[in-house]
Amino acid sequence: MEDMILNNLSYPVLSITIFLPLAGALIILLLRNAGAIRWTAFLTTTATLIVSLPLYIHFDKTTYKMQFVESYPWIPEWNLNYTVGVDGISILFVFLSTLISILCVLVSWKSIQEKIKLFYMAILLIQTAMTGVFAAVDLFLFYIFWEAMLIPMFLLIGIWGSSNRVYAAVKFVLFTLAGSVLMLVGIIALYHAGGKTFNILELARVHYPFDLQIWLFLAFFAAFAVKVPMFPVHTWLPDAHTEAPTAGSVILAGILLKMGAYGFLRLSMPLFPDAVKTFFIPMLILSVIAIIYGAFVTMMQKDIKRLIAYSSVSHMGFVTLGIFSLNQTGMEGGILQMINHGIVTGALFMCIGIVYERTHTRLIEDYGGLARAMPIFTVFFTIFVLAGSGFPGMNYFIGEFLILSGAFKTSMLLGAVSILGIVLGAAYMSWLYYRIVLKKTNNAEMTDKLYDMNAREILMFAPLIILVFYIGVQPHVPLSYMQVSVEHLLERFNAGGQEITAVKGIVEVLK
Amino acid sequence: MENIISITPLLTVLVSVAAAFLIILTGQKRQNLREFWSIAAGVVKFLLVASMVPAVLDGKTIEYTLFHLMPGIDIKFRADALGVLFALGASFLWIVTTFYSIGYMRSLNEHAQTRYFACFAISLSATMGVAFSANLFTMFLFYEALTLITYPLVAHKENAEARAGARKYAIYLLGAAKAFLVAAIVLTYNLTGTLEFSKGGIFPDAVKAAHPILLGVLFLMYLYGFAKCAVMPLHGWLPAAMVAPTPVSALLHAVAVVKTGVFTVLRVVFFVFGIDLLKGIGINNAVIFLASFTLITASVIALSRDNLKARLAYSTVSQLSYIILGAALLTTSGMIGGIIHITNHAFAKITLFFCAGSIYVSAHKTEISQLSGIGKKMPWTMTAFAIGALGMIGVPSVGGFITKWYLLLGALERESFAVLFVLLTSTLLNAAYFAPIIYKAFFEKGQEDHHHHHEEIKENPMMVAPLFLCAVISVVLGLYPDFIVNFANLIIK
Repeated sequence: MEDMILNNLSYPVLSITIFLPLAGALIILLLRNAGAIRWTAFLTTTATLIVSLPLYIHFDKTTYKMQFVESYPWIPEWNLNYTVGVDGISILFVFLSTLISILCVLVSWKSIQEKIKLFYMAILLIQTAMTGVFAAVDLFLFYIFWEAMLIPMFLLIGIWGSSNRVYAAVKFVLFTLAGSVLMLVGIIALYHAGGKTFNILELARVHYPFDLQIWLFLAFFAAFAVKVPMFPVHTWLPDAHTEAPTAGSVILAGILLKMGAYGFLRLSMPLFPDAVKTFFIPMLILSVIAIIYGAFVTMMQKDIKRLIAYSSVSHMGFVTLGIFSLNQTGMEGGILQMINHGIVTGALFMCIGIVYERTHTRLIEDYGGLARAMPIFTVFFTIFVLAGSGFPGMNYFIGEFLILSGAFKTSMLLGAVSILGIVLGAAYMSWLYYRIVLKKTNNAEMTDKLYDMNAREILMFAPLIILVFYIGVQPHVPLSYMQVSVEHLLERFNAGGQEITAVKGIVEVLK
Repeated sequence: MENIISITPLLTVLVSVAAAFLIILTGQKRQNLREFWSIAAGVVKFLLVASMVPAVLDGKTIEYTLFHLMPGIDIKFRADALGVLFALGASFLWIVTTFYSIGYMRSLNEHAQTRYFACFAISLSATMGVAFSANLFTMFLFYEALTLITYPLVAHKENAEARAGARKYAIYLLGAAKAFLVAAIVLTYNLTGTLEFSKGGIFPDAVKAAHPILLGVLFLMYLYGFAKCAVMPLHGWLPAAMVAPTPVSALLHAVAVVKTGVFTVLRVVFFVFGIDLLKGIGINNAVIFLASFTLITASVIALSRDNLKARLAYSTVSQLSYIILGAALLTTSGMIGGIIHITNHAFAKITLFFCAGSIYVSAHKTEISQLSGIGKKMPWTMTAFAIGALGMIGVPSVGGFITKWYLLLGALERESFAVLFVLLTSTLLNAAYFAPIIYKAFFEKGQEDHHHHHEEIKENPMMVAPLFLCAVISVVLGLYPDFIVNFANLIIK
């Protein structure tokens, strides 16, 4: 228990944050009226955010330890406990999950008209699962939440998705399952090697033999790489993102992709430091491939939603580039960029959802001249496009800056190559913007259907806009949450006094 | 150096953003009130900048921190001699250009005038932001903002040609900034732990000793990342941007945008690298070569252009390299020459662009070959044009002469005959592409134009007054150079 600080608030803050949405889902089960269902979902998600606020206020930024910990025995003979807590690495993801869930409810208000009850239950169940993943301190619990995400997500894509939804949903599940089955094997092996415990902090105190670390790293890598997704296991992502309803795309981009990278930080790095040191160069190379390849493929897309989906491959490449730079700036940048990506890409999917609701087409060539037809929309869209292409003073730039700073420290060459990704990133963003907002169109049929945003739509963008600029000019605030935890994580690598350098990494690999 | 904490530099930025809001709210229906906002903001901005002159000439700097982002990175403003010199010229010329714009836009009955004036106001905010940035991050922010907000101005006509020109403009400037600047700023931060400007440079000695080649590459990344300074081969955006309405070409592509480019390079030279470091790693020799090459090549291209604005555009490309060249000489006179050319070139070149616009509005002519005998019909315009052209060539009593004088001295101080040769050749080329225009206008007989046979060519006083004022100021700068030379001395001291 030495790495844990028990919850000192008057109520079990994390458990309520995790399970309040589940309770909301159960209430919705009893309701019939569509309006009542929507409002219940909205109030539940909002209440969850309010309940979780003390987490961010009372969080002690000076310690790396798990905070607000609740631990109850669950299956004593396996030494399995229900243990939840947050540290500097996970706390921002808990925040992002609770925030994104509210937006998912709002964004579906009009666009979902079928099977409303099931839809909102699925959203709330997903919220429970994703918050659970980020708060779990127990490996088995982590795995349960991880898998619990799968079924509601499958339903979300498969029922409310667009034309090719079943294919996309099945592909998503198969990829994810293939990865997580290997993770399950890894978890069981770890349980036996680590002294019959599932507690991640206790497991991290054991130094595992090098061979075992390699195998376990690879097993967990299978699960995490699919989720991130890293090249070459990214192919489920464009299908899933594109076919999913807007809320599904927002959750996928905003939270689900982060679970993979979070897995690396929470499990791979503290548990298998030697394996990470061995594999970090290949990881960096895969990241750079994802950045460049993802950007080129993004450039070629004809479907707006697919374009944003592919851009996630490139942007998540930056995240893993930062994380596997294995230094303070790179890791902080990687974590911050995950939050930024959730905000900006989530917002972009919401923007697309808004125009799709009106026109029912996603083809870029059908659009044009939105600046005239939807001026308020254009203001919001402009801000998010600028943010996404790394305009200074907005959140994305800070993330890119830190990641590049970290990458350059580890490998000049890989840092330099990844610059190409930044150039292409600005290019596909501004080209998309030109084609749908600025270019004149003769498609009167489409223009007639357009009308500007209403109050609900403006309201749901408001928090994201605030975050874009707040993180852009006050990045030290989110960074202050993670700083000590990242330092602590890095200490494990440098404990043996070995400085990590690119050359050393390559030598290790060749051995 | 003494620092004064004051919000004034930030106010110079904000005043025209506020004006842009008022302009949009007022709209086309009340166009006189709308233009009043531009002029009022211009006057207020100029007075704010002018109010900082005494303190700055006293050797003080005026600072204001808006946001602290991370260790070593802030959004922070600082007014010093270099910034005030640049801002003073740009804000003054904004007032002049606004009057000229009113004449130009209304004569031609241009569309989307509200958007035009609003974007113009914000682009001046961005220019002030660059001038008064206290660090690389803030400067980069406003530099990028300037590119974006000038895009609608370049694409103003919204036809295929304007769109193509604006696209090239955006791709060059944004692309270069993304490809080189972001990486350069990150590397600078990695090497120094700060992005804050400091006279004499920010690189610690250990870094200077350890990474001379990296620092050389880094400097070239800055030079090309700030593609607004149009050093070849990244100059193509400037002629392409000439599709913009002439007042835009005048203020932005003779003053605000291109001068932002050279200004940022000077900032990097004096306040990031420092003269000693650049001398030490010898990268200035490469820069001298690149600037000389641009000077001569652009002049030769200018010779071959019949379109007046295109010729002026290539002339601008070439003249900007005087500034870069002067700074890269790293001798006292050379650097003074480079710095004062920011102002000298601004007034002379804006005169020339204003004249091109005046000719276009009054006589509907765009090509130099059509200008025979126009001097008689548009005496004020063409007299001003002649003064501006003489300034470009560097004839005594016009500002450009002072520049060339210092540059030649700088070349001699460096004992570089190659540079001397480049300066003299370029002067001949300047004369070769400007003199024929003056000759045609005043000494050739005009052919009768059948289309406008019955139309009297009349100069628009709303346009002639501003352009003549600029020509007069060019002469004043040539006769009384002390004021700006004082600034230059403060910067390099």
